Amino acid sequence: MNMPLSRKLIFYTLLFVSALLVFAPAMIAFMMSFMTNQDIMAGNMIPTSLTFDNYLAVFDRFPLLNYLANSFIVSIVIMIGQLILCSLAAYAFVFMEFKGRDVLFFIFIATMMVPFEASVIPNFQTIRDLGLIDSYAGLSLPYFAMAFGTFLLRQNFKQIPKELKEASEIAGIGHFKFYLTVVLPVAKTSLVTLGVYGFLTSWNMYLWPLLSTTNDSVRTVQIGLKQLQSQEQLNEWGVIMAGGIIVVLPTLILLFLGQKKLQQGLAEGAIK
Amino acid sequence: MSEAAIHSEELTALSFEKIKKKQRIISFLKGMLFLMPSIVLFSIFLFYPLVRTIYLSFFLTDASGTPTAFVGLDNFIQMFTSPVFLQSMQSTFLFVHYTVPGTVLIGLFLAVIANEKLKGIGFFRTIFSSTMGISVAAGSVFWLFLFNPTMGWLNQILGFFGMESIGWLTDPNFALISVSVTTIWMNLGFTFLILLGGLQSIDSYLYENADIDGAGYFYKLRRITIPMLSPTLFFVLTVSLINAFQTFGQIDMLTRGGPQNETNLIVYSIYQEAFMNYQYGTASAQAVVLFVIILILTLVQFKLGERKVHYQ
Repeated sequence: MNMPLSRKLIFYTLLFVSALLVFAPAMIAFMMSFMTNQDIMAGNMIPTSLTFDNYLAVFDRFPLLNYLANSFIVSIVIMIGQLILCSLAAYAFVFMEFKGRDVLFFIFIATMMVPFEASVIPNFQTIRDLGLIDSYAGLSLPYFAMAFGTFLLRQNFKQIPKELKEASEIAGIGHFKFYLTVVLPVAKTSLVTLGVYGFLTSWNMYLWPLLSTTNDSVRTVQIGLKQLQSQEQLNEWGVIMAGGIIVVLPTLILLFLGQKKLQQGLAEGAIK
Repeated sequence: MSEAAIHSEELTALSFEKIKKKQRIISFLKGMLFLMPSIVLFSIFLFYPLVRTIYLSFFLTDASGTPTAFVGLDNFIQMFTSPVFLQSMQSTFLFVHYTVPGTVLIGLFLAVIANEKLKGIGFFRTIFSSTMGISVAAGSVFWLFLFNPTMGWLNQILGFFGMESIGWLTDPNFALISVSVTTIWMNLGFTFLILLGGLQSIDSYLYENADIDGAGYFYKLRRITIPMLSPTLFFVLTVSLINAFQTFGQIDMLTRGGPQNETNLIVYSIYQEAFMNYQYGTASAQAVVLFVIILILTLVQFKLGERKVHYQ
């Protein structure tokens, strides 16, 4: 496909300008995290000198490592929980035939209509009554079951030939063994997609960690950032931005590595 | 001899029925075993809260959330006559009106220009999807600086052109717009990624045919791309609408519902009522309103979608 030069020029201009606008807020924050406070207070857009002090300060004054570790644990736990529950449910919907399956599938669809934000009051009370406030379990349990993930994997499992299942039945391989040894390895790509998606969204959770943590022991990095911002609001923007950059770094790296897969996977789950 | 044969035939038919029934029960149990973890968690964290929220909305509660007095529809009557709640509803709808078309249109524009086969296009795709990796808290912090009245870039740029500074987050005329712009930016990455996926699944054969007929760029965009993309667009629209109604983090970080309740969107209003004022009853009544809005939206979209969307 050969494009005339003039059209190429138009596209590149549009792409460059859009990229500049979209990336500007993050870019500015990145730049500021290396700027001295004098530069920022003077309203300089271009730094006169670069410094690493903001990063040292943010680790020094805040239990940021602690927050990071908490976020990692919670995100990994949610990701694994989602992968297990969604793949089990998707397997049942594709490879098992039993009475009431279609009704259950409809119920799974219906869960997408219930916004978590609106059910947050009873959920908070449940977790509190179970004594799970300030625990990893309390932070992650409500997110294990997920209709979207189940659909995404169901689409993928459907592409596994039924003959394979029939052959394994003749060979006397049961459901659970078939699920473990055939279905999961074949569906590796969509499991990775769902895993990346689950990790990203868990890492970025805001409302639920705000409600279900009260101290630094399990507090996640997002809530840590909120505290950093409200405590240092007036002057030390460099420190706040350093905190912000550290918070987005893991997810940005993950996104850049998995962008292609994520895009294909999400589109599949969304459309079909 | 023949009598015995008939008898045994009956017997096998009977035991066959029995075995079949038994097998059906076994396969049901096996199926439930696979689905049980999801069903249990959905029940605890989704269906029970739904019922419980509706129940609580008819009660007054103490500070820990235990219902103390049945008040019937009082919570709802009070809510719909409260100027603060009505303001919150108005802000929420305005916010949805600003953010949803904004996100979808800009996302579509980015997806279309990033779908060209050009050198280095992967770089631009990565940049456009990047905001998906930026959390609400971090994104809010980034924008909080841009909105800063004195040091922020936005007012500095205005100053450069000799214009007066704007109190982006403190001026009641601008706060909701500022929050909307931030939200559009935050949701752009996800929308872009889904739409690009949709664009790439369109059969290139359709474009080749149009090329042979000598169709122009915008003709193809209008006659092939948009119609073929309609299922994806429809999905993105639904998700954006539902997301917009559930917005919370950026409000908490940027404005805390102010100034003058201008940005007190419904989820923030629920949060304040329940977890700051400890009025779980009235907060639940507001949550019921949110449930109903999202339910209606989803149903309407499904109904409209069935008719208007072009599926392959």
